[in-house]
Amino acid sequence: MSIVLILEQILNGLQFGVMLFLMAAGLTLVFGVMGLINLAHGALYMVGAFAAAAVAGLTGSFLLALIASLAAAAAAGAVVEIAVIRRLYDRDHLDQVLATFALILIFSEGTRWIFGSFPLFLDVPAALAGPLSLPGGIEYPAYRLAIIGIGLVVAALLFWLIARTRIGIQIRAGEADREMIAALGVDISRLYTLVFALGAALAGLAGALVGAIQSVQVGMGEPVLILAFVVIVIGGIGSIKGALVGALLVGLTDTLGKVFLPQFFGLFLEPASAASVGASLASMLIYILMAAVLLVRPSGLYGGSA
Amino acid sequence: MTRENLFNWALALALLAVPLWANAMDEPFIITLATKVAILALAGVGLNIALGIGGLVSLGHAAFFGIGGYAMGILAAHAQNYEPLMEVPFLIEGTNQMPVIWLVATVASALVALVIGALSLRTSGVYFIMITLAFGQMLYYFAISWSAYGGEDGLSIWVRNEFPGLNTLDPIQFFMIAYVILCLVLVFSARLGRSPFGLALAAARQTEERVMTVGLTPFHLRLVAFVISGAITGLAGALYADLNRFVSPTMLSWHTSGEIMVFVIIGGVGRLFGPVVGAAVYILLEHLLGGISEYWQIFLGLLLLLMVLFARGGLIGALTGREVAHD
Repeated sequence: MSIVLILEQILNGLQFGVMLFLMAAGLTLVFGVMGLINLAHGALYMVGAFAAAAVAGLTGSFLLALIASLAAAAAAGAVVEIAVIRRLYDRDHLDQVLATFALILIFSEGTRWIFGSFPLFLDVPAALAGPLSLPGGIEYPAYRLAIIGIGLVVAALLFWLIARTRIGIQIRAGEADREMIAALGVDISRLYTLVFALGAALAGLAGALVGAIQSVQVGMGEPVLILAFVVIVIGGIGSIKGALVGALLVGLTDTLGKVFLPQFFGLFLEPASAASVGASLASMLIYILMAAVLLVRPSGLYGGSA
Repeated sequence: MTRENLFNWALALALLAVPLWANAMDEPFIITLATKVAILALAGVGLNIALGIGGLVSLGHAAFFGIGGYAMGILAAHAQNYEPLMEVPFLIEGTNQMPVIWLVATVASALVALVIGALSLRTSGVYFIMITLAFGQMLYYFAISWSAYGGEDGLSIWVRNEFPGLNTLDPIQFFMIAYVILCLVLVFSARLGRSPFGLALAAARQTEERVMTVGLTPFHLRLVAFVISGAITGLAGALYADLNRFVSPTMLSWHTSGEIMVFVIIGGVGRLFGPVVGAAVYILLEHLLGGISEYWQIFLGLLLLLMVLFARGGLIGALTGREVAHD
C-alpha cells in the first residue's frame, strides 16, 4: 500500500467531511437557536442540487448554478419556516419529527412530480475538470480540492459570522435566553427565519457541490441527513466547532474504513470473505464511533448538557 | 363504558368483519389489505409502548421490524434449501414453522433492543431521536452489504411458512393468525399500561425526579419498555415478511421507522387503539389516493402536516374527545 494512496484517501475523507459540515452546521444552528429537530434538512440539500442542475442546464454556467442553489434553498427554507416550522418551536420533539417528516414527503414527491424520477446530471466546470498535481506526485481531481477549499472558506466565514458580527451576537444570545433578547428589542421571529434560511442555504450549497460528483436525484438528501445527525451527536448539539470536528472525524473514518478495512481483513482471511466482512464492518464503522463517543461523553465532544 | 372504549370495540369488530365479508364475497385482495393493517398495527402497538407510555421518541423501530423480517427470511430460506444454519459447534436447522420463527424474531429483536436501548437511553430528548435513527440506519447499511442473505435485493421465500393445523396460504386463515396475535398484544398492552410497571413508566415520562425519589430507576424502566416495545415490533416484522414472502433492507430503512411512527400519531399517541386506526387510515389512503395519483405521498404529507399542526391527539382524540395525559 503506497503513501500516495493513503494521502488520496485522506483527501477524499476531508472532502466528504467538509460536505457533511455544511449540512451539519445548519442543523446544529437550528437546533441550538430554536431547539428544533429538522428532518427536512435533507430535502433542502436536494432542493439546492436540483436548482443547480436546472440552472446549469439552462445557462451552462456552474457559478450561476451555485448561486441558484444557495438562493433556492434559502428561499425554500424561509418559506417553510414562515409557513410551518415557526408553529413548531413550542411543540415537543415528537410533533417536530412528524411535521418535518411530512415536509420530506411533500418535498420528495413534489420534486419527483416536477423533475421526474430519472436522475439529473450536473457537470463539473471545465476549469476544474482535470486532475491537479500535488507535491509528492499525487494526481488529485481539481474539483474535489475546490470543494475542500469552498467548504473551509464557508466554515471560516461561519465562525466569523457567529463570533464577530452583530447577527452572530444575536444568534448566540438567542441560544442562551430567547425571552431576554426579545425584551431587548431584537425581532426574534425575523432572526429565526434568518437562521433557518442560512442553514438551508448551506445545505443547498452542499447539495449542488456534491451533485456534480454524484447524480442529482430524489431522496439524495436523506443518507446525508442521517450522517449529519451522527456528526452532530458526536460533536455535541448546538456547537459549530463540534460540527466541524465531528464532520471531519466521520468523513475520514467512513472513507478510510471503506478502503482499508477490506484490505486489513485480507491479511488473515481469504479474499472473498475479507471483502464482504470488511465492507459490512466499514458500513457500520461511523455508528460504532458514535456509540463509543456516547459511552465516554453522552452529550458529545463539545456539547453542554443535553 | 367510555366513548373511547366503545370506539375501540367497534374498531376491533370492524377489522374482523371486513375480511370475513370479503372472504364471503371472494375478494382476497381486501383480505390481504386487512392483514396488512393488522400487522402494521401490531408494529405500531409495539412502538406505542415506548412512545405512548414511556415518552421515548424512537425513530429506529424499523431496526426491530426488519430484524423480525430477516429472522423469518433466514430461517425459512435455510429450510427451503435444506441447508443447516450452522453445524459447529452444534447443528441448527432452518425452519418453516411459524411459532418457532416468531419466537426467534421476538427474542432476536429484544436482544438488539437491549443493546440499542442501553446505549441510547443514556441520553434523552433530541439526542435519543437522532441516535435511535442512526442505529436503525446502521443495521440498514449492514443488511445492504450482507451479501449472504441477498444484500440489497432482499430474500424471497417460495411458500408461506406453516402453522400447525392451519392452511396459511388461505388468505383468511393467515389474516386470523395476524388478528389473534394483534388482539392478544392489545390486551397485553392494556394490562401493561395499568400495571405497576406501566404506571411507574408513565410517571417517569411525566416527572422523572418524582420516580427517582420513590426509589425507582427511570433508566431501568425505560430500558425494559424499550425491549418489550422492540420485541413486539420484531414479531410484527416476522409476520409482515411472511405476508409478502419477501424481506429486504427496505424494511429496515428509516422511512419504515417514520411510517410506524405515523401510524401511532394518526391514531393518537398513548391511545390503546391508536396504531390500529393509524394503520387502517394509512393503508386506506395508500389504496385510495394511490389509485388517483402516482404522487399520493404529497397528499399524505399535507394531511400529516395539518394533523400535527391542528389536530393534536390524533383521530381517536378528534372522534372521542377525551384528552389523554401526554406531554
